[in-house]
Amino acid sequence: MNPLMKQGTLIHAAILGVFCLGFGIFLGLTELATRDAIAARAMEDRQNSLGQVIPASLHDNNPVIDNLTMQDAEGNDITIYRARKAGQVTGVAYEIHGSGYAGHMKFMLGVDAEGRVLGVRALSHKETPGLGDKIEIKKGDWILQFAGLSLGNPPAEKWKVKKDGGQFDQFTGATITPRGTVTAIRHGLEFFAANQAKLLEVR
Amino acid sequence: MATDYGRIVRDGLWDNNGVLAMLLGMCPTMAMTTSATNGLGMGLATAVVMAASSFMVAAFRNYITREVRIPVYILIVAANVTFVDLTMNAWMHELYKVLGLFIPLIVSNCLPLARLESFASKEPVLPSLMDGIFMGLGFTLALTLIGAVREIFGSGTLFADASLLLGPAFKFMELRIMPADMGVLMMILPPGGFLVTGLVVVGKRLLDIRAGKGIQMAGAHSV
Repeated sequence: MNPLMKQGTLIHAAILGVFCLGFGIFLGLTELATRDAIAARAMEDRQNSLGQVIPASLHDNNPVIDNLTMQDAEGNDITIYRARKAGQVTGVAYEIHGSGYAGHMKFMLGVDAEGRVLGVRALSHKETPGLGDKIEIKKGDWILQFAGLSLGNPPAEKWKVKKDGGQFDQFTGATITPRGTVTAIRHGLEFFAANQAKLLEVR
Repeated sequence: MATDYGRIVRDGLWDNNGVLAMLLGMCPTMAMTTSATNGLGMGLATAVVMAASSFMVAAFRNYITREVRIPVYILIVAANVTFVDLTMNAWMHELYKVLGLFIPLIVSNCLPLARLESFASKEPVLPSLMDGIFMGLGFTLALTLIGAVREIFGSGTLFADASLLLGPAFKFMELRIMPADMGVLMMILPPGGFLVTGLVVVGKRLLDIRAGKGIQMAGAHSV
């Protein structure tokens, strides 16, 4: 038998402590070595997701860095990414939230200076695969129909799925997901309308 | 006594397969097998962690006392998982975007812990490393198989998005077996996981009976 095993409780604590310290140092060094690369990747990811809702032709800055934090109607913090050309704000992008069939859905919404939708993309959701996940650009082009629309076009009473008397198609077998998505986009545009001056302010 | 490496390989891949014979690691098995590609990715990530953890536990086995062995094993598995998570995020980012969600789940998988307790804590470094690798590959095999069955019947495809996981050269693996709207949605939802896992376990036992082998009902055990 290993002689170490015959000693008291202290030795166990010491062994566990040494292992914790050793692996703690190991992970600390790993974190140190990967920190910059991970931050760079996160920046690229954000740029990619912003690039899908703000066309590159609209800006000469990096919207990821040019951001400000505001509060929406419910008092939640949202981060606004601003696209500028020659200092002038040409568009903004921010995350919008909706509730779907299986909980929270998160989108990135891009809006130009006149309040028209530049693009919407689903960032995360838990909708049923094969039914509700058609809101993803990978699974279908349903989400593309919002580009160019604004609060007045279509009129407010038409900002609904067809089943509720609006103009947007629902999916076969899934109404709740598109309904939540349309509502989220409408709220996103209302937020823009309510804060337009502040969003477009040149600072 | 010479170590029977053939036995370790056969046990890991088939005879004492972590999922199909020992029924361990059911949580990732059910959750991550909505497609063959997901199963493959989860399996490979688990195999890496199992190989590294088995190696480390075997190397330190004379210093880990019985009383604190479980916390130390969990510490080692968790450290390896975190290491894989961080390095993949930094240097294999495309792969990480596909697998990133699954990697932290490896800590909650009881298969690595079972192999550390029943094998790596008693055997030398090399056999332990082999056990970790082949138990991990057996896990990969089972998850890919279950994922493939669920994907074919649920979505009508096989190895969809495999090129995201393995690189563009593997585009040829992505097959469409039948039209998308013919899929049985239930198969990619949780009930399908239970059904297919059960049927695959039955299939393995039928094959074993046909081959004249006794069914291994035992849990995790050493060679």
